[in-house]
Amino acid sequence: MKEEKKKTTLPRWSDLNLSNEKLIKMYRDMLLIRRFEERAAQEYGKGKIGGFCHLYIGQEATGVGAIAPLREDDFIYTAYRDHGQALARGMDTNGCMAELFGKVTGVSKGMGGSMHFYDLSKGFMGGWGIVGGHPPLAAGSAFATKYQGRDSVTICFMGEASTNQGVFHETLNMAQLWKLPVIFICENNGYGMGTAISRAMAGEELFDKAAGYEMARGAVNGMDVIEMYREMTIAIERARKENLPTFLEARTYRFRGHSMSDPGQYRTKEEIEEYKKRDPIETFGKELVAEGILKQSDIELMDEAIKKEVQEAVEFADASPQPPIEVLYDNIYA
Amino acid sequence: MAVLQIREAINQAIDEEMARDTGVFIMGEEVAQYNGAYKVTQGLWKKYGDKRVIDTPITEAGFAGIGIGAAMTGIGVRPIVEMMTWNFAILAFDQIINHAAKARYMSAGQFKVPIVFRGPNGPAHMLSAQHSQALESMMAHVPGLIVMTPSTPYDAKGMLKSAIRDDNPVIFMESELMYGIKGEVPDEEYLVPIGKGDIKREGTDVTIIAWTKMVAVALKAADELQKEGINVEVIDPRTLRPLDEDLILESIRKTNRCVIVEDSWPYASVGTEIAHRIHTKAFDYLDAPVEKINSADIPMPYAENLEHEALPSPEKVIAAVKKVLYRK
Ligand SMILES: Cc1ncc(C[n+]2csc(CCOP(=O)(O)OP(=O)(O)O)c2C)c(N)n1
Ligand SMILES: [Mg+2]
Repeated sequence: MKEEKKKTTLPRWSDLNLSNEKLIKMYRDMLLIRRFEERAAQEYGKGKIGGFCHLYIGQEATGVGAIAPLREDDFIYTAYRDHGQALARGMDTNGCMAELFGKVTGVSKGMGGSMHFYDLSKGFMGGWGIVGGHPPLAAGSAFATKYQGRDSVTICFMGEASTNQGVFHETLNMAQLWKLPVIFICENNGYGMGTAISRAMAGEELFDKAAGYEMARGAVNGMDVIEMYREMTIAIERARKENLPTFLEARTYRFRGHSMSDPGQYRTKEEIEEYKKRDPIETFGKELVAEGILKQSDIELMDEAIKKEVQEAVEFADASPQPPIEVLYDNIYA
Repeated sequence: MAVLQIREAINQAIDEEMARDTGVFIMGEEVAQYNGAYKVTQGLWKKYGDKRVIDTPITEAGFAGIGIGAAMTGIGVRPIVEMMTWNFAILAFDQIINHAAKARYMSAGQFKVPIVFRGPNGPAHMLSAQHSQALESMMAHVPGLIVMTPSTPYDAKGMLKSAIRDDNPVIFMESELMYGIKGEVPDEEYLVPIGKGDIKREGTDVTIIAWTKMVAVALKAADELQKEGINVEVIDPRTLRPLDEDLILESIRKTNRCVIVEDSWPYASVGTEIAHRIHTKAFDYLDAPVEKINSADIPMPYAENLEHEALPSPEKVIAAVKKVLYRK
């Protein structure tokens, strides 16, 4: 799956039918996620955001590269590290920030917080906090669309640590057995909280876990938005046309702690610095400039615009009211 | 009116709802080709085929979650998930409690979760500790779930049809020992609404509150007590959450005395909650504290004599009724 970059005059994505517009959008989405979360970290420090808050910084290429090739009628599930994927899906920046602030204008009206972003109208199905709990739900959406004769696909992000849960294996078994149009994107960032994967998982290759179910599988460089896009295009085609699932291990890294309260004693500064050299946004930005698709000055202007967007989101969130007390008992039942 | 077994009444409910709405399907272990571990799904696979009557691997958490995801997707799919028994549904409690019961609230009402989890609950006969658990109190503890426990063929059919049509996760708890019980079921369509209890026997002196298997125990006790001139009212709440509090309180205001019978454990049970509500909302009407008869507070033993000793019985209920009447 990992291909050496070929030195040709054509860009390496020339086979992917990606317009310059789309490439720029992908870059912008990654930068928006980065700036949004940097700001979220600051607001957390000020006490504006409560509870658990898990940042996606470093992993942006995985989410953006996986979501960019989807259709509007496709579905997305993820775990609690969900801001990046929500923004990549085009969920409202103001609504996302307001949700972090616990405000009624948030994407879940302040009922979910950082870990539970939802937008059914965009097929964004959350935002789940039990490690390994949501993969069967994703298989369920795939089951439902197939049952109703639709050709939507469902994608499911999950951390590598969730693959040690039993229900993950139950889900892979049924997804393959019943030929469900679902793609499991396992974001292998090397750690489940402070536990390195080697201390939690038997075996060498994570994606081999899908081998027992004879599911299409492989690893991809999750720090490379183009490679993510490429592998997802293949997996989506397989799901949409053949109703077959895929297990894709996206090798990535989180630059920040597990959550805001992580002292980070379990990995070295050198390791983090090593990965930062492969920063998915910087590397892709350089490539776009080298290919003449963006100028450095365009990037700077874009960054300014994004920072303004995020600033406005913070102001919007700050100015928004908390949910009224009367909603306390709403929406327990339909 | 036809006379049906409870298993046939449940089968009819599923059959009619599947015929009415192509979005309804049933899945679970042995529900299709084997016709159900307790033959509740008899004939459905033949009639509806692989697409809508689905045999699953033995993977309760997995298929519960697939059902929930399918229901949440909002495209007209209404899964019925059969649990071979509720003892095994324990493996799926994460899916039911952490996912089905939370999706709507956490999303501020964006999702509906129209799904029914159904199967037999409670002790049967000499199955020992892992296969004899009555778990309705655990489920009723959870906001976001509806809990229904039918005791007659009529109720089972009408209640299940309501459960399938409802847009919330419904926990539907049957009883293995009751599948063969017969009763009249109308030929025409009817529904028993969620949250509506029923007076199974009218009386004036004492109210007994019981559901599923315990209704029969209560009625037997009532018959015996009648011989001694004690006139018992038996109330079956049918739905445990939401509870038909009005029906219960009305009965208490009439009889002023109450015994609750349940075959679940006594500690923090549905009966505990009902007793609390009676004590706080009808205190002035009570002539005695509410009594509660439960299974013994132990894992169920296998030996026949011990199991018998552990279970509620008409004799125990009679003693409790006499206690609230201050009679010997
Ligand atoms: C069932 C369960 N156990 C424990 C936790 C606490 N917890 C939250 S995140 C996490 C680590 C998960 O790591 P991984 O799946 O690799 O995802 P990542 O955080 O790296 O994105 C743990 C142990 C939880 N939320 N759910
Ligand atoms: Mg991880």
